[in-house]
Amino acid sequence: MNSLFYQKNSSRNIGDKVFTSLSLICVVIAILPLIFLVTYILIKGGAQITPELFTLEPNPPGDDLDAGGINPALIGTLIITTIASIIAIPVGVGGGIYLAEYSKGGPFSRFIRFGVNVLAGVPSIIAGVFIYSLVVSTKILFGSMYSGLAGGMALSILMLPTVIKTTDEGLKLVPNELRYASLGVGASMYTTILKITLPSAFRSIATGVVLGIARAAGETAPLIFTALFSYYYITGFGDLFYEMGSLAVLIYNFALEPYDAQNKLAWAASFILVLSILSVNIFSRILAAFTEKTKRV
Amino acid sequence: MEEKLALFKNRKRFGIEKNIDIIFKNTALVLSSFVAIILLGIVLVVFFQSFESFSRYGLKFLVTSEWNPVKDEYGAFTAIYGTLLTSFLSLLITIPLGVGTAIFITEDFVPKLFREIIGSFVELLAAIPSVVLGLWAIFVMEPFFRAFFVFLHNFFGWFPLFSTEPTGRNSLLAILILVVMLLPIVTSIARDSLNQVPKKLRNASYGIGASRWKTIFSVILPAALSGIMAGVLLALGRAMGETMAVTMIIGNSNAFSWSLLSPGYTIASMLANQFGEADGSQVSSLFYAAFVLMILSLVVNIFAQWLVKKFSLKY
Repeated sequence: MNSLFYQKNSSRNIGDKVFTSLSLICVVIAILPLIFLVTYILIKGGAQITPELFTLEPNPPGDDLDAGGINPALIGTLIITTIASIIAIPVGVGGGIYLAEYSKGGPFSRFIRFGVNVLAGVPSIIAGVFIYSLVVSTKILFGSMYSGLAGGMALSILMLPTVIKTTDEGLKLVPNELRYASLGVGASMYTTILKITLPSAFRSIATGVVLGIARAAGETAPLIFTALFSYYYITGFGDLFYEMGSLAVLIYNFALEPYDAQNKLAWAASFILVLSILSVNIFSRILAAFTEKTKRV
Repeated sequence: MEEKLALFKNRKRFGIEKNIDIIFKNTALVLSSFVAIILLGIVLVVFFQSFESFSRYGLKFLVTSEWNPVKDEYGAFTAIYGTLLTSFLSLLITIPLGVGTAIFITEDFVPKLFREIIGSFVELLAAIPSVVLGLWAIFVMEPFFRAFFVFLHNFFGWFPLFSTEPTGRNSLLAILILVVMLLPIVTSIARDSLNQVPKKLRNASYGIGASRWKTIFSVILPAALSGIMAGVLLALGRAMGETMAVTMIIGNSNAFSWSLLSPGYTIASMLANQFGEADGSQVSSLFYAAFVLMILSLVVNIFAQWLVKKFSLKY
């Protein structure tokens, strides 16, 4: 008769409680350092933010108390990620269009999808090594060695799988009825894709692409021997062919300097990088949640 | 007659459009094959650049740890050992933590809102650049754990893994920062695969009288295992290829030591440190090391994909 009631001390109920607390402990151990990490970066880095930071060149490490600003690195990050996007977005969207719209699940498209996943798993430093031996050491870009262009190429290799994947998956979500309707009224395949399917998948593709760009902006390993680093202002178009600084490489270089002023600059750069990456992520998350809600209605 | 002429004109326009259509399709085809070209290019370039070193040192390269540009002697054992050690040990810590967290946020212990906040917070952390994690590791984690490492050495110094006096950066710190990096990956993939397990399996298990955790261990986890395994393998690939955070905190020393408390090396950190200034046969040897890293991560990744395909849920 007792067995009909909840028994607090039966072994199964005690065991359940033990495991529930264990999983709670896992959450706490997992979450605490993460919270600590984010707040520390935001507080420590935020404290270093000054207006001069955005306008000055960094001073070369030394006994200087004043480290200068991070203007060249900030602009450099923008330029390098723009170059990477200019390469990766057309190639990736085009490839994604082929996979989602034209391929019929044959061996070629299966191979490409497999390749996309494999490329996504290639260590980022290998992308740097690859571009180094293809572009930097051969001086193929008009005789320039380390350059912002080479850095952008290395980053584009990392962005490419993300862009293809999101395009492929975004297009696959577009209902086939739309395609049939468009083809049925006599539109050709490319008109259908450009005017019907791409626009209706635009938001999900754009979200994925922006997340990919945000991710690439923080990548360091592919840049340390392609774009290298520069202390000087970016003044014109020709600077694309020379060493170019970036926030990520600035953090790496200055974190390892023994001087406090440079370390502080690294914290400030981390603050800007983390804040912009996190806000892009949060914004796209809200946008995605919003889209989902409107779709359900 | 005039009507027919109009139709004819339309057909002509259609012909041009047909050509554009074909061009469009082929452009997309070419663009999609770029992935294969780049992948093949990476493998070939790294292989051919490492050829000189490969033919000179052969497989000896993998088991000796002499790295001396002056004497032209190269062996990457320390770096390969470091890569495998840091990635496997960090995974060993991450798996229970990540899967435990994933279980917690897929069960209904706390209201849905909290679970979603925890889940999306963990996912957001995957977006933090590894170089920032490295910076944090240098200035926050290392001082924080210093006393703990001294304690470890004093009490467990007889154990080879803790046999050296802790001096600043070391392999154990690299392992810990890798845990912070991998946790979001493992947690979010494990959460997704747990969520995909159909509800009726859970209900059936409850229905025959199993308790909640009996259900989790005997029904839900086995059903989600392939997805979790694939996530773990992806995390392993990430850990092996991770460069910045590890380079900044592992201490970068090629002297081989069993101890986790001594500075170490990984292939990726070796590349990051030496590639820029290397010349002559050192470059080729670095490419050889890069080739080893690439093969390791390719094997892990391909295995992960195979696993997903082979054991994906079929409900």
